Amino acid sequence: MKLHEYQSKQIFAQYGIPVPKGRVASTPAEAREIANELGGRVVVKSQVLVGGRGKAGGIKLAKDAEEAEKVAGEILTMTIKGLPVRKVLVDPAADIQSEIYLGITNDRGARRPVLMGSAAGGVDIEEVAAKTPEKIIKVHIDPLLGLQDYQILDLALGIELPKEQWAEFNVVCQGLWNAYRKSDATLAEINPLIIQANGHLAAIDGKMIIDDNALYRQTELAEKRDLDVEAESETEANKFGLTYIKLEGEIGCMVNGAGLAMATMDIIKHFGGEPANFLDIGGGATAEKVAAAIRIILKDPNVKAVLFNIFGGITRGDVVAEGILAALKEVKPSVPLIVRLAGTNAAEGRAMLAGADMITAESLAEAAQKAVAAAKGELSS
Amino acid sequence: MSILADKSTRLVVQGITGREGLFHTEQMLNYGTQVVAGTRPGKGGEWVLDGKVPVFDSVKVAVEATGANTSIIFVPAKGAKDAMLEAADSGVDFVVCLTEHIPVQDMMVVRAYYDQKAIRLLGPNCPGLLTPGEAKVGIIPGDIAIPGNIGVVSRSGTLTYEVLYALKERGMGASTCVGIGGDPVNGTNFIDCLRLFQADPQTERVVLIGEIGGTDEEKAADFVSKNMTKQVVGFIAGKTAPPGKRMGHAGAIVEGGEGTAAEKVKALEKAGIRVADHPEQIAEILAE
Repeated sequence: MKLHEYQSKQIFAQYGIPVPKGRVASTPAEAREIANELGGRVVVKSQVLVGGRGKAGGIKLAKDAEEAEKVAGEILTMTIKGLPVRKVLVDPAADIQSEIYLGITNDRGARRPVLMGSAAGGVDIEEVAAKTPEKIIKVHIDPLLGLQDYQILDLALGIELPKEQWAEFNVVCQGLWNAYRKSDATLAEINPLIIQANGHLAAIDGKMIIDDNALYRQTELAEKRDLDVEAESETEANKFGLTYIKLEGEIGCMVNGAGLAMATMDIIKHFGGEPANFLDIGGGATAEKVAAAIRIILKDPNVKAVLFNIFGGITRGDVVAEGILAALKEVKPSVPLIVRLAGTNAAEGRAMLAGADMITAESLAEAAQKAVAAAKGELSS
Repeated sequence: MSILADKSTRLVVQGITGREGLFHTEQMLNYGTQVVAGTRPGKGGEWVLDGKVPVFDSVKVAVEATGANTSIIFVPAKGAKDAMLEAADSGVDFVVCLTEHIPVQDMMVVRAYYDQKAIRLLGPNCPGLLTPGEAKVGIIPGDIAIPGNIGVVSRSGTLTYEVLYALKERGMGASTCVGIGGDPVNGTNFIDCLRLFQADPQTERVVLIGEIGGTDEEKAADFVSKNMTKQVVGFIAGKTAPPGKRMGHAGAIVEGGEGTAAEKVKALEKAGIRVADHPEQIAEILAE
């Protein structure tokens, strides 16, 4: 789950990281009020969960409160990369002497967190990583020990940070580590961390991603979820314990297990079709879950056929068949349905479905080929 | 021979009184696995499954009383970190964790702790393992595989069942099938299993089933080209997965251009591994 810049900076502030004094506004009038309180020049920043806000015109300077109101009015009507701007952050304009990148993320290969810093801050760090990886200094953190002060010194030396800033840099790094750890983040990033003209550090932009699996214990953060970034159908699927990802093709898929769901999408493509979605119904495919899955798949107007591929392991074939039958009583699909059951109690399941108006298949390859043909209108049940 | 589990495995089930724990304990017993104990704090002294399995309050007590050498964890995500750490300190030398949705920072702590000890962890977010005809430690349906000489290692659950089933249909069996799980940070990895299969006299060929995300398949390919004399057949799921989206498994995500199916297939083929286009083709290749 991604957090907005203003939310990330609020968390950073809780852990002692210096951030600008700004606030978030939903209307131009609020923006004016905040700018008035702050006094002087301000920066008005759109709060949307995509990169490249500046390039899209979603970040603008204003010389006073009046201009802040006008600029906020413009930004609040914008849509950036498909996402509507609902809030702007109004921060005092910073007096930047130099910009640093600082971030903590999970290094999957090393199986531990990594603290990264670069003197080339303020720009797209992935670009720096691709073009000049030597400009990024990495320090791996032992999850049992936590971030050590000497490691922060190593990083400061690596990015050639002036001695005058070391003490404050230590506070920022420890704060970022605590924010990352205590928020169950998979990314906590300050870009840029600036050295101001007065020599003090400030985190003027920030980003955090929270581990979805940890939201059960991060209840306060879970409430911050921005549903704008998720397709409505994906949010709906989550409610039923389904994992659904919308794609662009014409063959809907309902599969148990993530790996098998991916393999099912791939085999549809292999035989000349395009998958319309990824959908894992998980274990225990109850009638309620199956019905929800079918409803969600069929909401997509591109879908011309639906392929059910269920391998009975924990989820027995007859239970799945029961679920499908009950679901079909409730939702009456207008597109051909292809079903393939295998594994535990598959024969019983197939027998139960034989009466229903479905195209059946024994193998996955056969099912995929039939689904591709059905989507083209070359096969019906 | 086989790897990781066989007739001598003495299993303790953590979370035996839960719905999943109890159901699968019965399945494992029916398969012939020696389930010698279960644990559930507060229920020590009770018995489950008509008096077949004694319940203890802690893993350590269960190990002392029954000589269990392997633990399997059916504890929900909230308690899984503690369950894995408890198992690591209990005296067993092999721990299998099936639990899904464990926070990744919990797993980094667990993995760092296991690395300090000479204990093997399999999973989490995995179906466990099956040595056909000998032992089932996990939830892989027992009747979909027969004993044989093909080693199977996979990041997926049901996709693996597909492959085992297709092998059985063609009269081919497995030495051991290991599900290493779909999380980004886990215990036993591809290379660990490949090394064990290479050394196992029963295993003649190996099937490796990977998916998008991370670079473990690339590392495995490198290991195969340098260290394996046995034939390896591969499959990678997720060729049609869009970048930046987590495809069900926490670890199945293409990030920053890394972890694509295309790269993995290329790495496997470069190592001389034949890669199947779809799961059923794996059995076809092995039948040639």
